[in-house]
Amino acid sequence: MMPEIGHFALIIAFCLTLMLATVPAWGAWRGNATAMALAPTLAIGVLVFVGISFGCLASAFLQDDFSVALVASHSNSLLPPIYKFAAVWGNHEGSLMLWALILALWTAAVALFSPSLPLLVLSRVLSVMGAIGVGFLSFSLVTSNPFARLLPGTPVDGGDLNPLLQDPGLIIHPPLLYMGYVGFSVAFAFAIAALLGGRLDASWARWSRPWTNIAWGFLSLGIMLGSWWAYYELGWGGWWFWDPVENASFMPWLAGTALIHSLAATDKRGLFKSWTVLLAIFAFSLSLLGTFLVRSGVLTSVHAFATDPARGMFILVFLALVVGGSLTLYAFRAPAVSSKVTFAWVSRESLLLCNNVVFLVATLTVLFGTLFPLIVDGLGMGKVSVGPPYFNAVFVPLMVLLVPFMGIGPVSRWKGDDVARWRSELMIPVVVAVVCGFTFPLLHAPYNIWVALAVLLSSWLVLGLLQDVWRRLRNASSPARGLQRLTPGYCGMLIAHLGFAICVTGVVATSQYSVERDLRMSPGDTQEVAGYEFKFVEVTQVRGPNFTADEARVEVSRDGVIVASLLPQKRRYLATGSVMTEAAIDPGLFRDLYVAMGEPIGNGGAWAMRLHYKPLVRWMWLGAIFMAAGAFTSILDKRYRRQHEVVRSGNKAALHGA
Amino acid sequence: MHPVRKQRLYLVLFVALFSSVAVGLVSYALRGNINLFYPPADVASGKAPTGQSIRVGGMVEEGSVQRADDSLEVSFMLTDYQASVPVVYIGILPDLFGEEQGAVASGVLDSEGVLQATEILAKHDENYMPPEVAYALENSGYDKKGKTK
Repeated sequence: MMPEIGHFALIIAFCLTLMLATVPAWGAWRGNATAMALAPTLAIGVLVFVGISFGCLASAFLQDDFSVALVASHSNSLLPPIYKFAAVWGNHEGSLMLWALILALWTAAVALFSPSLPLLVLSRVLSVMGAIGVGFLSFSLVTSNPFARLLPGTPVDGGDLNPLLQDPGLIIHPPLLYMGYVGFSVAFAFAIAALLGGRLDASWARWSRPWTNIAWGFLSLGIMLGSWWAYYELGWGGWWFWDPVENASFMPWLAGTALIHSLAATDKRGLFKSWTVLLAIFAFSLSLLGTFLVRSGVLTSVHAFATDPARGMFILVFLALVVGGSLTLYAFRAPAVSSKVTFAWVSRESLLLCNNVVFLVATLTVLFGTLFPLIVDGLGMGKVSVGPPYFNAVFVPLMVLLVPFMGIGPVSRWKGDDVARWRSELMIPVVVAVVCGFTFPLLHAPYNIWVALAVLLSSWLVLGLLQDVWRRLRNASSPARGLQRLTPGYCGMLIAHLGFAICVTGVVATSQYSVERDLRMSPGDTQEVAGYEFKFVEVTQVRGPNFTADEARVEVSRDGVIVASLLPQKRRYLATGSVMTEAAIDPGLFRDLYVAMGEPIGNGGAWAMRLHYKPLVRWMWLGAIFMAAGAFTSILDKRYRRQHEVVRSGNKAALHGA
Repeated sequence: MHPVRKQRLYLVLFVALFSSVAVGLVSYALRGNINLFYPPADVASGKAPTGQSIRVGGMVEEGSVQRADDSLEVSFMLTDYQASVPVVYIGILPDLFGEEQGAVASGVLDSEGVLQATEILAKHDENYMPPEVAYALENSGYDKKGKTK
């Protein structure tokens, strides 16, 4: 019964979202206030019914209702309950449900937390989000119904969740990532609403900025979790593969990074208006493209599920409609919203412009590398793959180019600045950064030029920030007063830029300094890796809730002192018989020790073992957490709420006037 | 010229300059870093180049996987049931690698026609078949169990 209720709720949600997409938009067009006022109610209605539907699906998973085809193929009665719940989105149909649920959440959030938004704008924004909802809910209902039953022929037990997915990573990575992906739909909806209205003022940027920052923060966290998950779960210590699906999440992030910076210029100075609108369209289109790449199975990837072509076709058509429709609208309306403000070349504006160009080019090169195999295949020129060397070769120089500008950014002034002032402000940071870049790599022999470059760039970045904070405190009457005057928006920028510096250092240091050994070890063998002695003590049999495993014990010592006792496993899952490596990691702020088991070799109890030493690997994830924290901090800024008060007092004044 | 237009002109020039640098980087990076895919039948008939990085995908032949006792060397045959390619790999294989399963090996073909693989990709779940392997099998006219379609 539950699945039918869920299916029914999904159909109701579809009807409501269809109304949301049409009625308020019609109201905004004809100036019908009643129709427009329906928008928030409809948005909340969609959330309620998608929520009910999602709840029914989750309960089918939790109660082991194997008459539902999806549960039968992706769950198992032995699965721990938390994974039964997470299994809801560990498959194609369920992950679409999650998409729909999160879209409904964002739509309802816009409806609830935008009291200052004029009804006309609000109804347009919600209508656009409703239209996106129509696309996804119909996709779910038409091509991938999660509630399809297996009647008759209900299996006794389910086929189990892919062992790779039986991990806390599955519980949090997809929801966070989708929060980010789908969150860009808000920025997109605001952009389309502005184009529809033909008016794009500074308040538009102020409305969409906090939403974009939140979405970007979630996306940063989602990508970071995906990387961390791959690191400990795939069992070979990699943390970024330039896999098409990783790229699919990374491209909206890159475009989103450009967007939040260009929104800053639009908000503060009324600049780059039509450009910002285009970026908003671009970022969300890339989110949709990502969904298409993941869900259609056109590319070989870790994330591809078995798929059927109809689904790929559906998303492709939807993507074409969204991109084509919004770009057409843009072509007609953009001239009306373009800005007429100038700025000097030496100014914060041009630095933000540099940011935009670098990130846009980075996005395009990643996009090109990701789609290149598809293009070549489509032209019938054979099947090629573009590997990590391509992406590293184009991406690394771009980031190197970015950081010098990033260091000046916070110090610079809007509208027009002075090179002499920059020189005097940044003299000390330059000198100290060069010293840091030269000396820090001395701590780790042999001297590595790439790490030196990374330290130079990131310390330049951090010192530039410090210099600016110092300048602000110095100019205030007292340091405490100065600290008070640092707005949350400014602090958010500080934290996020600091995070970027941490991330850069971590990525470069771990890529350059990692020591990775794959070798054959028998119980009792000892192997030295980067000054650590790894002793393979023994292998024992252990049993988990739904698997059995060979568990190795590896004792790691340094200079005779035991540092860690690691217990990697080779698991065999009972339901499917599939084998999975569970790596054991001794984490640390400055280094990770990583051990994973390969397969048994010969009959003497020897195993293939992977022993890794990974310095500063945590820094890149820490950096991503900082970036997300920065984004979340920035939305506390009063300027996003002050306007609300202004509008309200404005209304009051209007009332008094009347 | 109007100052706004002038600024716009500089902007366009700047963007054009920057994008041509990017295009240069991209084409340079692409030149050495793309791997062509060959089905085993093409490799056996000599269509695949030697001494250059390529990818070969197919089913791992039953009974062909041999592991050395004293090192991490593994050898096996990749087949599309028309022809087979011997593959040698030193390292740890992915968990879902197995006989009669699809796999994609990337590496360099040596003069004896053995693929010296540097990376082995296996499927990631039970129902998923790498598109390249599906393509190779389609070309050879066999299904994944080795029966003619």
